Amino acid sequence: MGLTDADLGAIWLTLRLATLVTVLLLLIGTPIAWWLSRTRSWLKGPIGAVVALPLVLPPTVLGFYLLVAMGPQGFVGHVTQSLGFGLLPFSFWGLVVASVFYSMPFVVQPLQNAFEAIGERPLEAAATLRAGPWDRFFTVALPLAKPGFITASVLGFAHTVGEFGVVLMIGGNIPDKTRVVSVQIYDHVEALEYPQAHWLSGIMLIFSFLVLLSLYVFNPNRRKA
Amino acid sequence: MMEPVAASAVRAEAGTAVIRARFKLAFANFALDVDLNLAGRGVTALFGHSGSGKTTLLRCIAGLERVAGGELSVNGAVWQNANSFVPTHRRPLGYVFQEASLFSHLSVRQNLEYGMKRVPSALRREGLEASIEMLGIGPLLERATEALSGGERQRVAIARAIAVSPQLLLLDEPLASLDASRKQEILPYLQRLHDDLDIPILYVSHSPDEVARLADHVVLLERGRVVAQGDLRATLARLDLTAAFGDDMGAVIEGTIGEHDDSDHLTRIDFAGGSVYASRCTEALGSRMRLRVQARDVSLAVQKPERTSILNVFEARVVELADAAVPGQVFVKLDVGGTPLIARISGRSCDQLRIEPGASVWAQVKSVAVLR
Repeated sequence: MGLTDADLGAIWLTLRLATLVTVLLLLIGTPIAWWLSRTRSWLKGPIGAVVALPLVLPPTVLGFYLLVAMGPQGFVGHVTQSLGFGLLPFSFWGLVVASVFYSMPFVVQPLQNAFEAIGERPLEAAATLRAGPWDRFFTVALPLAKPGFITASVLGFAHTVGEFGVVLMIGGNIPDKTRVVSVQIYDHVEALEYPQAHWLSGIMLIFSFLVLLSLYVFNPNRRKA
Repeated sequence: MMEPVAASAVRAEAGTAVIRARFKLAFANFALDVDLNLAGRGVTALFGHSGSGKTTLLRCIAGLERVAGGELSVNGAVWQNANSFVPTHRRPLGYVFQEASLFSHLSVRQNLEYGMKRVPSALRREGLEASIEMLGIGPLLERATEALSGGERQRVAIARAIAVSPQLLLLDEPLASLDASRKQEILPYLQRLHDDLDIPILYVSHSPDEVARLADHVVLLERGRVVAQGDLRATLARLDLTAAFGDDMGAVIEGTIGEHDDSDHLTRIDFAGGSVYASRCTEALGSRMRLRVQARDVSLAVQKPERTSILNVFEARVVELADAAVPGQVFVKLDVGGTPLIARISGRSCDQLRIEPGASVWAQVKSVAVLR
């Protein structure tokens, strides 16, 4: 096998990052998606647009602003420094924060669609069956949105694995800390190490294909359609 | 003649009103403005055409629609007034939606248990077994909800609502999404609810037939307002409401079975003003029965008809006349020994026979539907 220790380190780092980001995004994205699916507030449009921004924004732009915000002069930088965490850029946690923003729409939008597809009726039925708001959310909305959670997890994970521009802007290229697979491939190509680049690229290609395939196989809604 | 449907002991007339509801709301193209005292027992039908506000009213009573300034009390408990609003999940009610609205991620049994589990055991009056038995859904318990027919789904939804031991049962056109044969499948169960449950039931419907079968009281809604309200038989016999019932105008008679005639396959039912023959039904002698006589099946004669094929002929007094929606047709309200009956005849016959209030006539009833 043509993988070096550095390659394996990059793969391990990427998996850790994507797993952590996916878990965080499910925790953060679920309430946001729920709110977006239920609110009639005028803020729905603006907040929805902000969540969707990474879909259209060049990763370098997002990375640039995050770099500035998390830097020594930035608002986030001030907060993290005063809390004793130091500065986030060029650290694993900096990547985590940036990836959460970057992959947010890939988690929030499937969840929002799933919550909207449930409609009001099952929740009203639950209310007439003595279930309070939290009870309704956990015993009716969450189980009925299960296909949405599968889609959101898979897309959030895969999209984080595939990010490149934001990582370069925020994390740079520190082995075992911020050098993820996509950056490692870039380095191999820069150094004209095409066989290594082939190995990693091939793995990424197969991984991405399997991920998308799994969405069709495991997602009951898509299977029906 | 229709088949007899089910036996029933017709419950006593409800006494005091215990549901007080006052709601006023205005949307761009719809306004609701009601002030109601509803009976604390039996089935009250909220009847009206689509868009009359009956479902909105039911949703207001359930707390699914929150109307500022509304007032609602049930059995003395305030559910809503100027200072308080009890959320739906804290109201001791059962609700059946037009579509069954079962939880698709739960089995039939889990659907039934969902509400019951959330009711403190001290407040459980209807057991799960009782509601399963009442709706005849025992064989369906372990099924997935997708595997049920439309009628079965609605029966499960009704059982689910009863299993929370409600103090008030709200039914929003539970038959509207079903075809005719499914309706016939469920109606007997609804009649059982009426007979077995000792709680007030509000039944939203736009079907005169369902109302005549199930209701004890009627609230007639039109464009968000109550246009009539009262005892079923008296309200159905009101000639000023012909527009609401249209072609289905007819009177409801309640009586007891006096005789079964097996050789002629007939049953005699005695009511306040006389006796009426219907096709032989299976209920026991003395059972309380409800019959419906459509206005279009009643014709009038000024002399006692001799040698007629029609079995049911009553001496009656004309109470009131009103033009029907169909030009040239007249509704005639009759009094048969205290029981109201309505006939629909042509305007020409009305003139030629000099039918006017106070006149004595003979009513020939061509067909009687035994509702239960």
